Amino acid sequence: MSQATRSDVAGTTPGAPILKQIPSNNGKASVTRHVLKFEEPLARLENQIQELEALQAARQIDYSKELRQLRTNYTSLLRKIYDNLSAWETVQVARHQLRPQFKDYVEMICREFRELHGDRHYGDDLAIRCGLARLGGHKVMLIGHNKGKDTKEKVQCYFGLAHPEGYRKALRCMKLAEKFGLPVVTLIDTAGAYPGIGAEERGQAESIARNMMEMSRLKTPILTVVTGEGGSGGALGIGVADKVAMMEYAWYSVISPEGCSGILWKGAENAADAAEALKLTSKHLKQLGVIDAVISEPLGGAHRDPHTAAHNLETFVAKSLREFNSFLKRNSMDDLVERRYEKFRQMGETLKPKTNIAKAAG
Amino acid sequence: MSQDQGAGTKKEGIPEGLWMRCPECGDMLYRKVVEEALDVCPKCDYHFRISARKRIEQLVDPGSFEEMFDDIEPADPLKFVDKKAYKDRLAGEQKKTGNSDAVICGKGFIKGRPMMVAVMDPTFMMGSMGSVVGEKITQTIEAAAEEGLPLIIVSASGGARMQESTLSLMQMAKTSAALAKLDESGGLFISLLADPTTGGVTASFAMLGDFIIAEPKALIGFAGQRTIWNTIKVELPEGFQRSEFLQEHGFIDFVVHRKDLRNEIARLVDFCGKPESVR
Repeated sequence: MSQATRSDVAGTTPGAPILKQIPSNNGKASVTRHVLKFEEPLARLENQIQELEALQAARQIDYSKELRQLRTNYTSLLRKIYDNLSAWETVQVARHQLRPQFKDYVEMICREFRELHGDRHYGDDLAIRCGLARLGGHKVMLIGHNKGKDTKEKVQCYFGLAHPEGYRKALRCMKLAEKFGLPVVTLIDTAGAYPGIGAEERGQAESIARNMMEMSRLKTPILTVVTGEGGSGGALGIGVADKVAMMEYAWYSVISPEGCSGILWKGAENAADAAEALKLTSKHLKQLGVIDAVISEPLGGAHRDPHTAAHNLETFVAKSLREFNSFLKRNSMDDLVERRYEKFRQMGETLKPKTNIAKAAG
Repeated sequence: MSQDQGAGTKKEGIPEGLWMRCPECGDMLYRKVVEEALDVCPKCDYHFRISARKRIEQLVDPGSFEEMFDDIEPADPLKFVDKKAYKDRLAGEQKKTGNSDAVICGKGFIKGRPMMVAVMDPTFMMGSMGSVVGEKITQTIEAAAEEGLPLIIVSASGGARMQESTLSLMQMAKTSAALAKLDESGGLFISLLADPTTGGVTASFAMLGDFIIAEPKALIGFAGQRTIWNTIKVELPEGFQRSEFLQEHGFIDFVVHRKDLRNEIARLVDFCGKPESVR
């Protein structure tokens, strides 16, 4: 699977939702349309392979040996590039046009999904989707950012930048999950919370703060996976969980590389430096102890092979939910909530060892 | 989010010298008069930004403040370097302010009522929140819960500190979770917002008070005004993201003049503090 070109993948999995938009009879277009800069050598190889295939078909000459060599070259180049992605390249993979989104994952891994709308106060924010789902043999409340695929959908959901009503809808659904004993699974994929007049008027900051406070004491297990972009408070607003994971090429940070560059370097052109400095990759964040696990992606990223990505995600979610169940067989819900509190209580690094309160206050 | 660090405004503390100009009304003011008026312009009521030390001096009964958790100092976990190394930036700010980081915490009395106090320092890296600020504020919250004392946090911050990246972000979760515990213990939390309160600080403890009060015309918001402008390219309404705007939209309880702060805080404590903390 991993060495297949994108058109090959499309051919082996007909009708897969994410792949519908890749015309399987015109792989060349799909390849050239969404090529990241550092993937250009790959695209050139891909083109060569396709040209040779066409030539072989047209002239009835056997190029299979040459084709095999080209495909081998392609795979090793792909591996070489993806084994050495810089932080800034990782950010671009996380934002890839064809990277699976919330709705794709729902289609690929949920046996059922009943979407629930509205925050019961103001409106329904399509940047955050919520619903009852069957996933990996479990009934869950599934919540996640959705960025949209085509222009119309992107505009409808503000490119996945949520408003306060999105966070309040998420909280409402989490409370429902608590009441009816469903675990909560959240999938984060947002550049950040929406910066706009209406969002400020309706309390963007308050909605995010409230969510973190309530998630920290929600009496049901919570699992969070950053599937694409983990942009700041807009991400954390649905990210206070018992277990937090990231897809391999996702990023998670206090600010976008461009935003950081704009402020600290006084211009957007140092985004690559900022990405490096912010230590925003899954590998770094695992080392820092901010996340618990990294979910591996297929060779060349989730956009090359959405089904394998979805399968890995599903496996991880199912395993984590089983772990919650077995923890709760041996411990109380209060223990789980206390463990969640302690997890976030430990976050941060200061020079002095954290002092005992009683001692310090004494 | 947090990162504009008070974008749009360049209101530093009071400039040195015998005379000074009010950035709001432009009047020339005699420094001593301004200081006697709690760093408020006597002509137009403009509230100057003040350091944490000065705030404590103004807010807490004289001689009653007992500083705590001051042995917690910033590390440089990410070895962050932009145009300048974070390590050097920290050293510079520490030298400038005489403080180790952007918050001062402790126990003190306000009009005779004991309480836990955390005051952010806008003169230290724009009051930004990294691991130290998050940790000290969390310990202050925990002490309030443990001792059954009212908690007051004075926010004045550009938001989460970029130089500690995701570790700063996690301080938002940590402080909010600690406040959930204080809430469950029945503790009183008064959140006082001063100019500026933005980004990750607004989007965590600042907006979680049982009472949220603000000084007049303080900039309070989530996204920086430059960020909003860059996104929507629409002129921002008059008074947008100011205290009065937030009160109008239902997000703060009341706006309070600096000279009335002590009275108003004492009143809230008398109504809602735990019996043992009220005299």
